[in-house]
Amino acid sequence: MESNIYWEQFKRSFAIAKKNVRIYYSKGPVIIFGLLVPFFLFLSFYIGRNISAEALIPGLLGMTAFFTATSVGPAIIPWEARAKTLERLISSPVSIWTIFLGDVFSSFLFGVLVSVFPVLVGLFIGVEIANPLLLGLGIILATFCFASFSILLSAYPPTDTPASVMMLSSMIKFPLVFISGIFIPIEELPVWGKTISLISPLTFFTDLARYSIQGNSYYPIELDLIVLIAFAIIFLVTAIKIHERTMQKRL
Amino acid sequence: MAVDHISFKVKKGEIFGFLGPNAAGKTTTIRMLTGVIKPDEGTASILSYDILRESLKARQLMGIVPEMANAYVDLSAWNNLMLIGELYGVPKKRRRKRASELLKEFGLYERRNHLVRGFSRGMKQKLLLCMALINEPQILFLDEPTSGLDVESQRLIKDMIRGFNKNGTTVFLTTHNMEEANQLCDRIAIINHGKIAAIDSPERLRMRSSGLQLIEISFNKAVSVEDLSKVEGVNETKKIGDKIRLYVDEPSVVINKLVDFAYSKRLKIISLNTLAPTLEDVFLKLVKES
Repeated sequence: MESNIYWEQFKRSFAIAKKNVRIYYSKGPVIIFGLLVPFFLFLSFYIGRNISAEALIPGLLGMTAFFTATSVGPAIIPWEARAKTLERLISSPVSIWTIFLGDVFSSFLFGVLVSVFPVLVGLFIGVEIANPLLLGLGIILATFCFASFSILLSAYPPTDTPASVMMLSSMIKFPLVFISGIFIPIEELPVWGKTISLISPLTFFTDLARYSIQGNSYYPIELDLIVLIAFAIIFLVTAIKIHERTMQKRL
Repeated sequence: MAVDHISFKVKKGEIFGFLGPNAAGKTTTIRMLTGVIKPDEGTASILSYDILRESLKARQLMGIVPEMANAYVDLSAWNNLMLIGELYGVPKKRRRKRASELLKEFGLYERRNHLVRGFSRGMKQKLLLCMALINEPQILFLDEPTSGLDVESQRLIKDMIRGFNKNGTTVFLTTHNMEEANQLCDRIAIINHGKIAAIDSPERLRMRSSGLQLIEISFNKAVSVEDLSKVEGVNETKKIGDKIRLYVDEPSVVINKLVDFAYSKRLKIISLNTLAPTLEDVFLKLVKES
């Protein structure tokens, strides 16, 4: 009986994910913005430097997965609060967990789909992927982790102004990119840089992507996988717990 | 404090009205009953399910039109209904059939594939009702369902509410509109400052209001309201057009006094009617008292 309830709630979270895809993710500007921001940020750093394509693709992939999976997630709940659809959702027979799992699923799906593009670009320019299965697993884990991070970004303060959340999330997201071994490989960072890089899940995905494509990594692959799973769980649980506490202030 | 230790029961199959001025606690009550907000203390049961401990099961049996809620304006009417159907676990075939029926009943079927963004206020409200009914609820919570609608839409929604109630759905309704409560509700609770002032049927509420019996009188010449207020037994006077409304305790006694008054002032009585108090009079009196 209890398992039935959990399964039913799990199914209903997909209804919420479907709604998010229809309303927020299928918009042309969101898709283009999700692709262009990491692409141009990356190009601006790499153009003029003598870096191989094999070294380029893991960084581009890391940025794409990170930016796309966190692009809309932080704004969904403030948008819903502002549009006065949140109360309709809350009064339905779905738990807070179901609602946020739905938000994570939609961000995850969007992140995975858009992350295919840098992989295709790599294949097109002749990059060989040493371990495609591991790369696939890494993309799935990382985008789920980043999607969970995206709902954490909107957890506090409980605002109904999407622009405020987007500004706050940009202030957190952009510095994370610079400490995650995308532009400067982790092994070239000073000790303090290496220490700071440990707080970013993107560090471990970039490392995993490097191993999958180039065959070498800074951290053991098992550690990359475990840390990504741990970050995903911590982000998801923390985000939902905070949202549970602050939800009534949004209504 | 929005709501202060209120207690009431709604009978299965009735239309129960929750009437009160602004900020009386109506919406807070409905939000607590529908599991949107948690009360600081106390409990509530919906069809034997505790709203705090078995909130999902209780909400599964409800249909809700919240006052401060919208349909998704970037989805079509159809997709809004499909979303809510899925959230209530209505099987696909059933929710498609039900959605078609409801949209046809509310005159929205032709616009089912249009984005809700382009809908008028009345159409949105009808869609919210469709969304509340997609799961064939046993109890329907309606928070100000006809607020801000034109007369035709109000009438349609009221007829629909009566229809669903006739089919066995219990309706919990909040409204500002006395006439609406009078026309629709089997029983009414009057709430003010978070406390319930009275619960009864509209008729009984009217009858039990002493000091609110009315006499409407008009004379062949203009009469000072002040003069009439001095007549024995008259509690209050109000000029209504060419008539004067008198609030009295015992109409039969006051009528004799009014005849004497007319005789002494050489006036002719053109019309004289005794009236039961309106629900609005009762409401205002109870709110004032509470």
